[in-house]
Amino acid sequence: MKKRRYGMVIDLDRCTGCGACSVACAAENNVPPAAPRATERTGITPLRVQPVSNGASGPARREVFIPLMCMQCGEHTPCVSVCPQQAVEVDSATGIVTQMPQRCLGCRYCMTACPYHARYFNWWDPEWPAGMEKTLNPGVATRMRGVVEKCNLCHSRLHAAEDKAAAANQREVNPADYVPACVEACPTGAILFGDLADETSAVARAARAPQAFRLLEKLGTEPKVYYRSNRPWVRALAEPRTVPAKEVQRG
Amino acid sequence: MPRTLLAFAIGFGAALAAGWGAFPRVLYQKKVQPIEFRHKTHAAKSGTSACGDCHALRDDGGFGGIPATASCAGCHGEPMGATKAEAALVNDYVKPHRETPWLVYARQPANVRFSHAIHTRLAGLKCAECHGAQGETDAVKPYEVNRISGYSRDIWGRSMSRLRRAPHEGMKMTDCEDCHRKRGVEAGCLGCHQ
Repeated sequence: MKKRRYGMVIDLDRCTGCGACSVACAAENNVPPAAPRATERTGITPLRVQPVSNGASGPARREVFIPLMCMQCGEHTPCVSVCPQQAVEVDSATGIVTQMPQRCLGCRYCMTACPYHARYFNWWDPEWPAGMEKTLNPGVATRMRGVVEKCNLCHSRLHAAEDKAAAANQREVNPADYVPACVEACPTGAILFGDLADETSAVARAARAPQAFRLLEKLGTEPKVYYRSNRPWVRALAEPRTVPAKEVQRG
Repeated sequence: MPRTLLAFAIGFGAALAAGWGAFPRVLYQKKVQPIEFRHKTHAAKSGTSACGDCHALRDDGGFGGIPATASCAGCHGEPMGATKAEAALVNDYVKPHRETPWLVYARQPANVRFSHAIHTRLAGLKCAECHGAQGETDAVKPYEVNRISGYSRDIWGRSMSRLRRAPHEGMKMTDCEDCHRKRGVEAGCLGCHQ
C-alpha cells in the first residue's frame, strides 16, 4: 500500500463556530457526556472550537473560530518522544499520530509536551445516560479512567474503508470512503481532508496556497493540520507574540 | 539429604499439578451453546463445505459472523425431526424471530480490530488457519469462559503452558504478532487496535 500523509485544511473564513464538528467527533469516538464535576480543563473535547478575537473593541472588533484538535505532527512529534509507554506513534503508512489509550499509564507527560493542548485525560470512568450506550460506535473502544486520549483522525473510519477495499480485493483505500466525522458534519464545508502526500489532491493544493498556515509552525513539528484565511490578522494568530521566538525555536 | 530432595520433588510436583491441572478447572467455567449445532450435517445436507456460504463477508467489508436466525428459517421453519434441539431451535428462536445467543469462541476484547476481509481476501488465509477445522466437527464444543477476564478459552488456547500447541490454537496478541512477524507484515498499533 502506498505511503500516505493524511491531513486537513480548515478554512477559518468559512467556520461559523457552530460546533457541529465537536459533537460529531464525540459521537463518533464514544466520548461520554461531561462528568458532573468536569470543568473546561478536565472535560474531554478531542475537537474543540476556540473563539479568538483581534483584541479591538467596538466596530473594529473581529472574531474568528478556530477548530482545534491533534495537529498530527510529522516531525519531532512531542507526545511520541516523551511517552514512556510507547502508547503513541506516528504511523508509517498513514502519517497519523496514533494514540492507544489501552497502553497509556496516565503519566500525562504527553499533555505537557503537546504544544497544541490537544490531549485529554480521563479523570473519570465514562458514563452514558441509560439507553445512550446503545448508540456507541462498535469500531472504537471506550476509554477507562486514568488514560489520555486524543483525535486519531477517526481511525475506525479508516478501518472500515480498508475493510471495504479488502472485500473488493483492493489494497488502496478509496478516498471517498475515509472521511473523518468532523469533516462530514461541517455544514459550511470548511474542512478539506485528504492525502497530503498526493500532490494532486485538493487538500495538498490547498495546503500549498499562500493563505494557508499552520499553528506554531516555527516549532518544526510539521503539523498535518493546516488552516487558511484571507484575513492577515487571523493568519498572524498562528504564532504567539508573547513568547520570544528564540526560546521556542529548535536549536 | 535424599529425603529433603524427595520432599522438594513432591512439593514441586504437587505445585505443578495444581497449576497446570487444577487451576484451569477452577479458572474456566464451561457453558453449553444454546443449540446443538452440527457443522458436518449441515455441510453434507446443503452440499457445501465453503465457510463463506454461511459465515459471509459483506460487500462493505464487514464480517457477518454467525448467521442470523432468518437463515435457519429457510429449512427449519418447522421441526425437521423429533430431536429436542430441533424443537428448541424452532420454538425458541425461529418462530418468535429471536436471535440465538451463541457463545462466540473467538470473541476478542473491544479494543481489538480484526478485519476478516483483509486476512482472507488480501492475505489469502484459510478460515481453518485461525479457527481450526470447525466445518468438519460433529458437534459444537462447550464454550469455556475465563472467570477472571471473561474471555473465551480459545483466546489463550487449550494448553496452559502454550507449548506444542497447534497453529490455530490461541488468539492472543502474541499469536497475531508471531504470524505478522513471520510474514513480514507491519500494521502499527492502530492497525489492529481501535
